[in-house]
Amino acid sequence: MRREPPQRLADYGPLFFPAGMLIVFFVVPFATMIAVSFFQRQQGGFYTPAFVFDNYARFLTAFFGGVLGFSLFLAIAVAIACVAIGIPFTYLLSRSKRSVQIVWLVALLSILSLSEVMIGFAWSTLFSRTAGITNLFVWLGLMSQAQALTPSFGAVMTAMTYQAFPYTVLVLYPALVRLDPTLTEAARTLGASPVKAFFTVVVPALRNTILATLIMVFIFALGSYLLPQLLGRPQHWTLSVLITDQAIYQSNMPFAAAMAVFLVLVSLALVGLALYAGRQKEAK
Amino acid sequence: MNALRRLFFFAVGLFLALPLIVVAGVSVNQRQSLTFPPQGFSLSWYGQIFTDLEWRNALIASLTLAATSALLALLIALPLAWFLWRRIAPWANIFQLLGVAPFTLPPVITALGLVTFWATTGFYGQPWTAVISHGIFFVTLPLVTLSLGFSAIDRSLVEAAATMGADDRTIFRTVVLPLILPYLVSGYAFAFVLSLNEYIVAYMTVGFTMETLPIKIFNALRYGYTPTMASVTVLFLAVAAVIFGLVARFGDLPKLLGAMAEDK
Repeated sequence: MRREPPQRLADYGPLFFPAGMLIVFFVVPFATMIAVSFFQRQQGGFYTPAFVFDNYARFLTAFFGGVLGFSLFLAIAVAIACVAIGIPFTYLLSRSKRSVQIVWLVALLSILSLSEVMIGFAWSTLFSRTAGITNLFVWLGLMSQAQALTPSFGAVMTAMTYQAFPYTVLVLYPALVRLDPTLTEAARTLGASPVKAFFTVVVPALRNTILATLIMVFIFALGSYLLPQLLGRPQHWTLSVLITDQAIYQSNMPFAAAMAVFLVLVSLALVGLALYAGRQKEAK
Repeated sequence: MNALRRLFFFAVGLFLALPLIVVAGVSVNQRQSLTFPPQGFSLSWYGQIFTDLEWRNALIASLTLAATSALLALLIALPLAWFLWRRIAPWANIFQLLGVAPFTLPPVITALGLVTFWATTGFYGQPWTAVISHGIFFVTLPLVTLSLGFSAIDRSLVEAAATMGADDRTIFRTVVLPLILPYLVSGYAFAFVLSLNEYIVAYMTVGFTMETLPIKIFNALRYGYTPTMASVTVLFLAVAAVIFGLVARFGDLPKLLGAMAEDK
């Protein structure tokens, strides 16, 4: 059957339910959130319709600037760590036997789907004094006494890298599988070592993919809302944590909504950039 | 080189496995203590998920939510993907974009949008709002697998059926549906597993009236430690591994994840 433009109203039939659901339960909520971000907050967690910029004006405080700066810094650090490990890993994975690939993909998907609550719990256990990794170091004679490694920046950073790593591999996977194997073969034939071929041929050929992946992982890391809370100190809280905190515990919906709108704008700008980078033809 | 590669894979595997090994270890402790290596061996913390009333209710809530919301996601994604494949309507791609958006943006945004919406409409806290919220939030997954499935259909098959006089409905049922069934199943599986594990949207929409397992674990974490958290984590990981393993066994996982079929 050839694709053809819809002619009668009935041709649009299949679209009614999906379009209706997405508009009512995604577009309208989104618009509601934007509206609430301009509302006036009342005592006791309520808010009244208004059109004020108070909630946005709070962005101009030093505290907010600090949180925003830290969120961006943390997300960039996580994205760089994930991509730096993810590229050689995915490259080697895409050149492995199919059965090996499938085992890794199942494992990565399982970890990716693991609840952030559970990842946070698992790392807080691994970093705890009584059941943690320092017990192993003591046993090996590297440390004299077991100690807790949380809360700390290192714990937040490690757990977020853990959370984002499977995502990174799955974003990189299609591009690396499609990478022409003759590229590296040619480099090898001309005498380059595998490592040299990887850095001089594979990495430059994937420049745009790498940039797009960095941005995707950056946005993913920006969305982490529990790990900084479970494994870090209050100064390690990110914008996502702050939004959750304002919405639920401080009952300040308008301010939470204003921060969410801001986060959307940052993310959308970056998604646009990622799409643009991805569209550019890979240099062959 | 091969040894180096093995070492690298081993190091990454160790990093990914280490926290899970420790969690599996503490989940079999005899007593309610957070120690590793475990002292004694007991599976009672696994039993607790099913015998303790609170944990069992959370498990049932999670399974019900995941099963129904994944179905809803599928019901939204299937006609949309079918329409986009069947018709030339470039403007309809906006719905494709809307379907992918909740998953691309930081989850806290979708969660906040939905909670303001449910609060404004006065349904805040109703259990069914979580089903709709998750259905929308995870519509991306079946939408992506189904788009892939449709694009893999050989259009001449469908054309042959049309030439022989089959109408749209018959073609859909007898030709298209059997061909996209694997993608339908895997889309459902992805949405199911992710909904099972999802925390922030569920917490913001129904967190004060209903406890899913991730919410239950988070609430329990605030009051200290119980090994049941560890056993639930291991159980969920096993469920995910089994489901994705089945998808890989009966479908083409590398292809689903974007690799081309003819490779290797």
